[in-house]
Amino acid sequence: MSYNVNDKGYYGEFGGAYIPEMLYPNIEELRQNYLKITAEPTFQEEFHALLKDYVGRPTPLYFAKRLSAKFNTKIYLKREDLNHTGAHKVNNTIGQILLAQRLGKTRIIAETGAGQHGVATATVCALMGIECVVYMGEVDIARQAPNVARMKMLGAKVVPAKSGSKTLKDATNEAMRDWINNPVNTHYIVGSVVGPHPYPDMVARFQAVVSEEIKWQLLEKEGRSNPDYVMACVGGGSNAAGAFYHYLEDENVKLIAVEAAGKGVHSGESAATSILGREGIIHGSKTLLMQTNDGQITEPYSISAGLDYPGVGPMHAHLYKTGRAEFIAITDDDAMTSGLELSQLEGIIPAIETSHALAVFNYKTFKPEDIVVINLSGRGDKDLDTYIKYFKL
Amino acid sequence: MNRIIEKLKAPKKLLSIYFTAGYPKLDDTVGIIQSLENSGVDMIEIGLPFSDPLADGPTIQDSSTAALKNGMSSELLFNQLKNIRETVRIPLIVMGYFNPILQFGVEAFCQKCQEVGIDGLIVPDLPADVYNDSYKEIFQKHALINIFLITPQTSDERIRFIDCISEGFIYMVSSASVTGSQTGFGTEQEAYFKRIHAMQLNNPQIVGFGIKDKETFNQATLYAKGAIIGSAFIKMLTKKGTNGISTFINTLR
Ligand SMILES: Cc1ncc(COP(=O)(O)O)c(C=O)c1O
Repeated sequence: MSYNVNDKGYYGEFGGAYIPEMLYPNIEELRQNYLKITAEPTFQEEFHALLKDYVGRPTPLYFAKRLSAKFNTKIYLKREDLNHTGAHKVNNTIGQILLAQRLGKTRIIAETGAGQHGVATATVCALMGIECVVYMGEVDIARQAPNVARMKMLGAKVVPAKSGSKTLKDATNEAMRDWINNPVNTHYIVGSVVGPHPYPDMVARFQAVVSEEIKWQLLEKEGRSNPDYVMACVGGGSNAAGAFYHYLEDENVKLIAVEAAGKGVHSGESAATSILGREGIIHGSKTLLMQTNDGQITEPYSISAGLDYPGVGPMHAHLYKTGRAEFIAITDDDAMTSGLELSQLEGIIPAIETSHALAVFNYKTFKPEDIVVINLSGRGDKDLDTYIKYFKL
Repeated sequence: MNRIIEKLKAPKKLLSIYFTAGYPKLDDTVGIIQSLENSGVDMIEIGLPFSDPLADGPTIQDSSTAALKNGMSSELLFNQLKNIRETVRIPLIVMGYFNPILQFGVEAFCQKCQEVGIDGLIVPDLPADVYNDSYKEIFQKHALINIFLITPQTSDERIRFIDCISEGFIYMVSSASVTGSQTGFGTEQEAYFKRIHAMQLNNPQIVGFGIKDKETFNQATLYAKGAIIGSAFIKMLTKKGTNGISTFINTLR
């Protein structure tokens, strides 16, 4: 069984490019060029140089001693929170901006929910001196003010998405409409492993640097490159895709994908797509998504804006359907508690997205000799307001 | 013979109107269709509302949101159209995004369309290639014509491919834009209209996106067989309600 994309852009039955004809030339241009361009030595050289000198890679693989002692297993944290801009998102935006330049694009658009991907996109656009427009739901603009300010400081234009539910899915719709209106000079930097083929594969490849590093780092520390478990939170699925990538075909490495249960999987306020979703089409991809019986896409809920997406990338839909990855849903409350716990046991304040993955230790027992790698996808600075309100700090 | 194909033989420029089912009021569907036929419209696109209409501008987004809030659904639309062929004879096309059709079941959806007397479908996010490989037989079994779009960015090679798999007409998107966002046609559109005209395609073309009045209708149909008005019609409905239909259509001819 293969867990990678096939040449038609599908992971098993999921994926493809269900796009209006207006986007066909753009998507086709990308599809025909992304592997060729990213394989060029000059691309690879520039990509890795920027990841090293600008982003600060490799990020450490840190043995979390006190957390390990508490849960009686061996826990390693892959420190994506130490990247420039504070999350894994920048791995992808560096890759895509280099690609966009080689395609001769002079304008960048992006969608963002919490603002992390928007900031990572605005950052690389500033770096390259390219015009940047970020679409963000009106509701999210109101609740993520610091990231809106960061994008503006970086020179990006932040455009409110006022349609539908005014959150991430609507921001994505607006970005796609912008692309329809500006098909020639613009590249759309999609922020996760979602959207029409080749986006899920392209973003996964840029994020794959995470598991590439885990392999040699673990070999150095443990004398083996393969852990027993790799665990990551899943919004659209990009940090999980990066952490899983080089382990996909090695079934001895168990994969755990952690979704946001919000106020409880069946509370009506949840973002646990694998449990609540059904097969369908969202943003150009056939995958699992939350929807009504009539096929209208519904609004998810999570305390973390980065997990608040009604779909999941097609790779993850396939990992779920085939059972290759175990999917676990974690509530707001459990995530918040685990975020505080990591802060006090290890001196690391995680993003609330990441806190969901940490909470799994309360529900699943690992053996003392198991090596569990968690992708610490981002730092908690952006979430301070939420932490403050929640814990009345 | 399929009503669309028959209509395309008429020696005149065709006027097609798009509206969103369930808007302004949930039960307006049949009344709007009847008024449009009585006003002399040649063809109708019945929009099945979707929560996330990627290819549409604010006007149709808003009418879709309102229609869904009113309670519109695929099931209900088919119920409303149950007896439509007792009174209406012009071609009826359902325009909807793929996910609601997929959830209804593509086969079941096509069967319902055939039962109520729908002649064709426009599914903007069902790519021509996917249709051709996976759904063509189902559509054909239920005597439904699938209408494909082309845009100014579509390559000649792909236009030939689309022409080859089309039956009926080709939906020619007037410019690189979502619905409703155009302010008139300039030299760029004219060059595009001429280029397509010069390709001598097998299927006639009907132009859509950005047609809003008599002037733009005439410009669009100089080289094409007809034109489709959507957002401008919805805007009129918002302002004047269903009573404004015949006056609006009369201004176009
Ligand atoms: C820190 C962090 N982790 C995880 C996510 C979820 O995205 P993905 O599933 O693509 O990794 C986000 C999204 O904003 C994020 O900021």
